[in-house]
Amino acid sequence: MTTFFNTILVGISSGSIYALMSLSLVLVWRSTRVVNFAAAGQAVLSTYLGYEAMSRLHNYWLSLPIAVIAGALISAIVESFVMRPLAKRSKGSPVESIAPVIATLGILGLIRGIAGLVWGNTFLQYTSPLSSKGFMIGHTTIPFSPLNAAIVIGAAIVLAFFAAIFRFTRLGLALRAASFQPEISRLSGIRVDRIRTIGWAFAGAAGALAGALVTPTTYLSPNSLDLLLVSGFVAAVIGGLESLIGAVVGGLVLGVGFAFILQYIGSEVTFSAAFIILIIVLFIRPQGIFGRGGSREA
Amino acid sequence: MKRKSPATRFLISLGVGAFLLIASGHVDELRAYQGAQVAIYAIAIASIVLLTGYSGQISLGHGALMAVGGYAAVIAQIHWHLPYPLTFLIGGIAGALAGYVLGIAAARLRGPYLAGTTLALAVGLPSLANQFHILGGEQGLQFDVGTAPTWVGKDFTQYRWFFWVAVVMALAIFWLLRNLLSTRYGRRWRAVRANPTAAALTGIDIAKAKVLAFTLSSAVAGLSGALFAMLLGLVAPLAFTLTLSFTLVTGAVLAGVSNLGGSIIGAIVLVAIPELSNAVATHLGGSDRVTANLPGVVTSVLLIVTVLLAPNGPKIPRRHK
Amino acid sequence: MTLIVDHLRIQHGTITAIDDLSFAIEPGELVTIIGSNGAGKTTLLRALSGLIPTASGSASWKGQSILGRRAEDLVRSGIVHVSEGKAVIPELTVAENLELGGIWRKDKTDIALATSEVLDLFPRLGERMKQGADTLSGGERQMLAIGRAMIARPDLLLLDEPSLGLAPLVIEQIFSAIDALRQRLGLTVVLVEQNAISALGIADRGIIINLGKFVTSGSSASLMSDPTLRAAYLGF
Repeated sequence: MTTFFNTILVGISSGSIYALMSLSLVLVWRSTRVVNFAAAGQAVLSTYLGYEAMSRLHNYWLSLPIAVIAGALISAIVESFVMRPLAKRSKGSPVESIAPVIATLGILGLIRGIAGLVWGNTFLQYTSPLSSKGFMIGHTTIPFSPLNAAIVIGAAIVLAFFAAIFRFTRLGLALRAASFQPEISRLSGIRVDRIRTIGWAFAGAAGALAGALVTPTTYLSPNSLDLLLVSGFVAAVIGGLESLIGAVVGGLVLGVGFAFILQYIGSEVTFSAAFIILIIVLFIRPQGIFGRGGSREA
Repeated sequence: MKRKSPATRFLISLGVGAFLLIASGHVDELRAYQGAQVAIYAIAIASIVLLTGYSGQISLGHGALMAVGGYAAVIAQIHWHLPYPLTFLIGGIAGALAGYVLGIAAARLRGPYLAGTTLALAVGLPSLANQFHILGGEQGLQFDVGTAPTWVGKDFTQYRWFFWVAVVMALAIFWLLRNLLSTRYGRRWRAVRANPTAAALTGIDIAKAKVLAFTLSSAVAGLSGALFAMLLGLVAPLAFTLTLSFTLVTGAVLAGVSNLGGSIIGAIVLVAIPELSNAVATHLGGSDRVTANLPGVVTSVLLIVTVLLAPNGPKIPRRHK
Repeated sequence: MTLIVDHLRIQHGTITAIDDLSFAIEPGELVTIIGSNGAGKTTLLRALSGLIPTASGSASWKGQSILGRRAEDLVRSGIVHVSEGKAVIPELTVAENLELGGIWRKDKTDIALATSEVLDLFPRLGERMKQGADTLSGGERQMLAIGRAMIARPDLLLLDEPSLGLAPLVIEQIFSAIDALRQRLGLTVVLVEQNAISALGIADRGIIINLGKFVTSGSSASLMSDPTLRAAYLGF
């Protein structure tokens, strides 16, 4: 029974990370109808910048916001200089939904390459001061560490921040309106282009936080976040791709699911499991848990 | 371009083949290896062009389908002791089976969902190999095609022989695909790509056309995977990475995604970029870091620029109308 | 203080949607543009509000050119377009849809005032503020779309087929609301309609266009009394 609860705790910790990456993908999807495969690259780059900040400031907690701000900027740059011109050029063509996918792959490759050129392809350590040794309860050590706790708290703060913005501010209303009906939004005086860039910047911040929180538990390399991208995508699909709450719940569900697979089956099957979960969700409930009806034609 | 008959195309293929095979006698082993690589990439890229350019679907997971073909071929050799030309066929069939299953899922999805799902496949499938003893785990399995038969001549080097095999297979595949695309199947796929709604109204079963395209594309990918295994001499999870899948998509985009013949150009570019950037890297002082990453940077920049300049891809071929 | 459209031409690819169209509208006028399906009415409004580019000619409002400017900026200079087909965002609540109308404005007091004016005019919206706009009837959605436009405090209101798909009784309500609004606020209104009879009922003047070209214009009364026009363009 203890194992059962411990597994859930571990799952919530990794699930928080998936939730952030999933949120990053959903924010981009909602603002420009693109699944941003470059999210993994953007998050890796911002994490490297966080790593640089830490090696100078010697303080993980200061490097964290630097990484997040860097992530927001990188994402805004990607949107303004690649995705927006591309959307204008491919509008109405048969490749309208394929061209952006390919562009994001190009950006992913470019960022990985640049990171490799600058920092090399070796595994770097971006460490947090928090212990990754589990808390003690009585005389037993549980697999939930202060680092895990920080991950959950950090993710929760950011999620609450986003929720507040979307729910209570004009900016949030503009973001939602622009994602549903760009034309009506423009006719209401919303500068949709600018709002989209802001949507991407938020997404970049969420992805950057995911990268900066998860990396201390593993290592940093140009493609160390690829698997996180896949998990984030699966989580986003579970949540319905449209819904911010769905993204978070999808991430937590996937995190807990993975934790159980890890605990009771073994670590090797995790990513095959991700694929199988994805296929099952797409077949049984293609609109996701929180999605509205309708098919997945985008 | 005029429309050519299957027989004319056959003769052209034969001519090109003869030229390449004779030429292969006059280059060193590295060039022969790269030539084989071009031929194999060309087949793999053609499988993407078939899928994306002709039926409008996208796959970021064709590297995984190549893995399916490669593993199937190797297992057919190890456990059934089939002669290697037959193992290539087994690779193609295995690819087709996997592609059929995936195609059924894919036909229900569009654009980003399909991209994400195939991406998960590219990540998930190769790691499966680690779990089954029969697949050889991390180390993978050896694939021994053997040396060149004596009838091709003496002093025939290993890579020159691989080059021959790959070129013959590539020409055969291109000849088959070219002819297939001028049949009603090809026309249906193009109709589905250009305007699914209109295609449905003219009585085309869109889902069926898409599944068929996915199956065929996967068969071609599977076969190229078997050839890839031949060239590497093994199959292993690390040979079929996400990067391989991305590389194929890049090749297809650089080739102009709706042009089968362009696959060859795409393949040449993919093989040439590391070669050229190596030269540049050496010139710049040649640290490992530059050598390892410059090709990726160059390919990615090319990919972004190509998509930005010609997001619609080169025009959909009209000559089959 | 006039809307002047001069030799305007708009292309849809190779098709000329609006061909050499000229007219002028005085401040405070309510003018209806009438024409059958495909006459180019919607295209004209979309160009005037900055949604689509024009090929040649000019258009100005209060002496300033309005061509080549972005829709989101034209809203700020008082030109507000209520687009075709009950232009609301169904995923948002009624209150949020109304809030959109003033989202770019700084004067919060006046936004509150404008909102209460809208709710006085359309009390049914007030009862449904917290509901999703997708739960509204067709008529209520049209009221919401017009209400949202009013919160932007427009000088020039461009209305695209507000009667589309609505029952006669509801159409009457909507049109009398439009009439009341312009009487009270001195708005200039361009009303694009297929439903000529209702539109001419509240308009000062009508302009008839066909296949993108100007046909005729005149006071509502004179247009309605011309039997040839009635048979050819007005459909009654």
